[in-house]
Amino acid sequence: MTGQRTNRRMFVTSAAALATSAALLPRPAIAQSAPRVVVVGGGFAGASAARAFRRIDPRIAVTLVEANQTFTACPFSNGVIAGLRDLTAQQFDYDKVAADGIALAITTANAIEPATRMVSLGNGQRLSYDRLVLAPGIDIRWDALPGYTEAAAEQMPHAWKAGAQTLLLRRQLEAMEDGGVVVIAAPANPFRCPPGPYERASLIAHYLKTKKPRSKLIVLDAKDAFSKQRLFQNAWAELYPGLIEWVSLSQGGKVTAVEVASKTLITDFAKHKADVANVIPPQKAARIAEIAGVADRTGWCPIDPVTFESKLQPNIHVLGDATIAGGMPKSAFAANAQAKVCAAAVAELLRGETPAEPKLINTCYSLVAPDYGINVAGVYRPLNGVLTEVEGSGGVSAVDAPRATRALEASFANGWFKTITNEVFG
Amino acid sequence: MNATRVSAAAVVVLASIATAVAASEPPAGAASCSGCHPANTGVQSPVPPLAGKNAAEIVAQMQAFRAGQRPATVMGRIAKGFSDAEVQAIAAWYAQQH
Repeated sequence: MTGQRTNRRMFVTSAAALATSAALLPRPAIAQSAPRVVVVGGGFAGASAARAFRRIDPRIAVTLVEANQTFTACPFSNGVIAGLRDLTAQQFDYDKVAADGIALAITTANAIEPATRMVSLGNGQRLSYDRLVLAPGIDIRWDALPGYTEAAAEQMPHAWKAGAQTLLLRRQLEAMEDGGVVVIAAPANPFRCPPGPYERASLIAHYLKTKKPRSKLIVLDAKDAFSKQRLFQNAWAELYPGLIEWVSLSQGGKVTAVEVASKTLITDFAKHKADVANVIPPQKAARIAEIAGVADRTGWCPIDPVTFESKLQPNIHVLGDATIAGGMPKSAFAANAQAKVCAAAVAELLRGETPAEPKLINTCYSLVAPDYGINVAGVYRPLNGVLTEVEGSGGVSAVDAPRATRALEASFANGWFKTITNEVFG
Repeated sequence: MNATRVSAAAVVVLASIATAVAASEPPAGAASCSGCHPANTGVQSPVPPLAGKNAAEIVAQMQAFRAGQRPATVMGRIAKGFSDAEVQAIAAWYAQQH
């Protein structure tokens, strides 16, 4: 019995020793001349990173793993909900990405083994990597809001991942009688696209004012403050007087449960019965981040601010909405900027060099009406291990800007969407 | 003879790879700009492309943005996040792009 146990332990020990010595062996020359990078997730972060690798160093063999043939962009999807644009204007394929010499794997990433540097795909394929880039985006936390299940989302859409949910919310608004009540539940920080719920409230208000002027919109918020708050609230008073009611956390705005059958949103103080209910629930980094072991107890992914390498797993870099990126918000602009910095840093690491400290910009436009744009911008640098806004930079659009400036910002917003989608997918 | 030709070709290939790698590495901050400033001239945007612009012109505009001397919606707040040296490096890099 004792002998058996010793034998087993010896076997385990020698296996570990073998693995260690294999790791110490010089890597085959081919791996050094053609480093392999696998990117998981083909959104603004992942597709940007894949293309950046090819641009920076064409010797790097890049595989992009993405579950969908077609990408549906979240930025500007509030315009689809409000009937201002078609969903097809949000959709992009990966033909041009593939034409850059990037191997596309249209399937899911199901498992990641950091120790052996392998990714297992839904199509049965296994990919080995020198460096892995995870840009998986977000998942809804279906355990966080009592009553709000995947089935409930078919009645009370979140529309926080663009696509079928976006169209569902649009159809519900179109079907609503004039005089109806629309309720948006906004989550606590952090979540994808901090100004998004308020842009959505604005553009739905624009739709209601135009098509169903006796209707009302209530925003139930789990926060006492939100992105570009003064700009939004000034614009609401100017453009949609009496239409939007914002209920803050301290006013009892936090939704603690939902009742699907009656489309009711429950707070500690009241029950709000909605004709159309848009529940934007709490979120976390998408599941593959948890599987890879790069998400911490918050559900998000801590990263090194210079290389975007995970603080929890070596050789895995995490980008975009899934990350804890210090002061940088979860935005498409930030995801794209991070991707380019990360790709350059990874290329340097693969060459055995030390990446220099980066600087990153974020700019987020919101449309309050089709011809009324506002923005928030920031410049970030690593400081004490955290991406930190450069003092004296950044901030929001001028509060007292004239309408001509708002119109100019709306045109910049439209230009931004064309530019960034062209860089990432075009 | 053959060996010489092969190694000469290899030198050319290596040299061009080295140039490609060096030319594509933007200085701190520069990679973010193309989120708004189109790298592709076919994109319709009111925001001007930066590639191939005169470096001194980019530096002058950024200094004017930073000092509030040029009216701006967003560039004033972005310009304030960069030092003179950083702006000069970014401008020099964009001037070389095409």
